[in-house]
Amino acid sequence: MSKARQSTGATIAAHAVLIVYTIIALFPVFVIVINSFKTRQAIFREPLTLPDSDSFSLIGYQTVLKQGDFFLYFQNSMIVTVGSLFFILLFGAMAAFALAEYRFRGNMLMGLYLALGIMIPIRIGTVAILEMMVQTGLVNTLWALILVYTAQGLPLAVFILSAFMKQVSDDLKNAGRIDGLSEYKIFFRLVLPLVRPAMATVAVFNMIPIWNDLWFPLILAPSEQTKTLTLGSQVFIGQFVTDWNAVLSALSLAILPVMALYVVFSRQLIRGITSGAVK
Amino acid sequence: MTALELDKICKSFGSVEVLKDISLTVEDGEFVVFVGPSGCGKSTLLRIIAGLEDPTSGTVAIGGDMVNTVPPAKRGIAMVFQSYALYPHLSVKDNMTLGLKQEGQPKAVIEERVTKAVRMLGLGAYIARRPSDLSGGQRQRVAIGRAIVREPKLFLFDEPLSNLDAALRMNMRVEIADLHRKLGASIIYVTHDQTEAMTLADKIVVLRDGHVEQVGSPMELYNNPANQFVAGFLGSPSMNFLEKSVAGQTAGTILGIRPEHLRLTENGRIRGTITHVERLGGDTNLLVITDADEKLTVRLFGQYDKSVGEATALDFDDSHAFHFDQDRQRIYQSAA
Ligand SMILES: Nc1ncnc2c1ncn2[C@@H]1O[C@H](COP(=O)(O)OP(=O)(O)OP(=O)(O)O)[C@@H](O)[C@H]1O
Ligand SMILES: [Mg+2]
Repeated sequence: MSKARQSTGATIAAHAVLIVYTIIALFPVFVIVINSFKTRQAIFREPLTLPDSDSFSLIGYQTVLKQGDFFLYFQNSMIVTVGSLFFILLFGAMAAFALAEYRFRGNMLMGLYLALGIMIPIRIGTVAILEMMVQTGLVNTLWALILVYTAQGLPLAVFILSAFMKQVSDDLKNAGRIDGLSEYKIFFRLVLPLVRPAMATVAVFNMIPIWNDLWFPLILAPSEQTKTLTLGSQVFIGQFVTDWNAVLSALSLAILPVMALYVVFSRQLIRGITSGAVK
Repeated sequence: MTALELDKICKSFGSVEVLKDISLTVEDGEFVVFVGPSGCGKSTLLRIIAGLEDPTSGTVAIGGDMVNTVPPAKRGIAMVFQSYALYPHLSVKDNMTLGLKQEGQPKAVIEERVTKAVRMLGLGAYIARRPSDLSGGQRQRVAIGRAIVREPKLFLFDEPLSNLDAALRMNMRVEIADLHRKLGASIIYVTHDQTEAMTLADKIVVLRDGHVEQVGSPMELYNNPANQFVAGFLGSPSMNFLEKSVAGQTAGTILGIRPEHLRLTENGRIRGTITHVERLGGDTNLLVITDADEKLTVRLFGQYDKSVGEATALDFDDSHAFHFDQDRQRIYQSAA
């Protein structure tokens, strides 16, 4: 990557803007995390101070952990998010490859049909989806969520990935064909590694909404066995009393896995950008 | 045995006819060059030979076998692309061995062939590098190496040198000629650089708008072009075509004279004014506008003290002139 030549003034300005933005973006997270380590009174009395020996308390975390199933919720959220991302990326990339690579009747129409899915929110179909899940016996299974999220994520994934795949050089794919690679190998071994940054982008785009979603877990999988973290945390928010310690602790814990996933994907993203194209 | 035989190949993309009725043979060990202007269908023809594209009609036979339905990897060909098309995430060595591994060759054979190719191309120091860490010329060599290790019956080169700078291009040109001598393989080489075509080819195929204009050895095409297109395409600077500038010219015919066959003389049959002088040291090129308002180029050997605006008279030897009719076809003069 060539270094952009900029004046120091512009560099400082750019950094200042980015730092200000970072502070604004991180502030709520910071407040949540520090307050999760405080007693209930301290949270309300001075919400912006760091916990000291007086106000420090792990009561929130204890409540959360005592709420026995919390690890299960974690696990459920993780399975649903990772599973959905896996299927979105796999099927999205495959469909994108077909649309980008092969000339066949209805190619355009298919692309447009998929693009339509980007504009129509899947929640409109909630009732129909619920009926389908009931009929297929998938209600209260994690599969219900994985399937719905996969459907929700696919249109945008196909759209973004096919745009990137069109840019992979034909010569490269043809070289693979002459070397005897099957179409599947060309897809998995030549094209996928080259569109990795786009895959990471799609993954990051889809990950957060899936992880945070309350709607579909509440409707399709509210049972104790299949609750996700977001749904599970709701027990601490009552109509009359809210256990703020527990809520804040649960939220703090919920940040960690997404952060880990994000680090994984963003590293891919950066590696892809810096590896550079080969002519 | 013939290395390649094309029989009445046609190719259309939708309603656009890109190749029209192309028939052609390549003998064993022959170096055949396809030349033609951009968009004339050279790459398309090459891709049909490679099996990357299906012809709309016609048959392709490689080494005597009809291969229309044979996939690219099984045709006994190897191709070198203009863009190199190296696998960016594989090392130089893996780039070269991928095809052999797919063929299921034993390890010993793979090692032996790679070692040989690496030695031949002087790639020893780069074997573990990624393509992105190589220069253009080195990448091109790796791409050629990838083709060599397959030991194909027929090599296909699609403008392999067009991304290189002039000096490197000349080196690689010599290397490719050398390689052909060493391997003795049949080669089809696409280019729109006529120097490459003239210097490398045993046989040149001139294509235009999807059909073959003429096939022949470089000197045959140069000395005996079948039509105005071929005459103008080969040779640099290209041939002058005059309709009315020559005193005593038959109306309705076009006279073709190569720039090097024109000379300055007092009472030449062509009169004009010099509009530009190019001094190349060894040669001097004069651009002249004739009194009949046609442009021509004169190539003089040595250095001449001519200046722009100077009136001049030119002449040529009749045996060096070509005649073309209004359909751009050659009119053969009855031998004197
Ligand atoms: N997939 C395609 N669909 C439609 N038209 C195509 C396709 N591929 C090539 N063509 C057309 O076929 C013609 C020949 O293309 P080709 O790539 O063979 O030209 P070329 O002789 O290799 O030119 P260049 O010297 O610029 O590489 C061009 O007019 C091109 O627009
Ligand atoms: Mg081409």
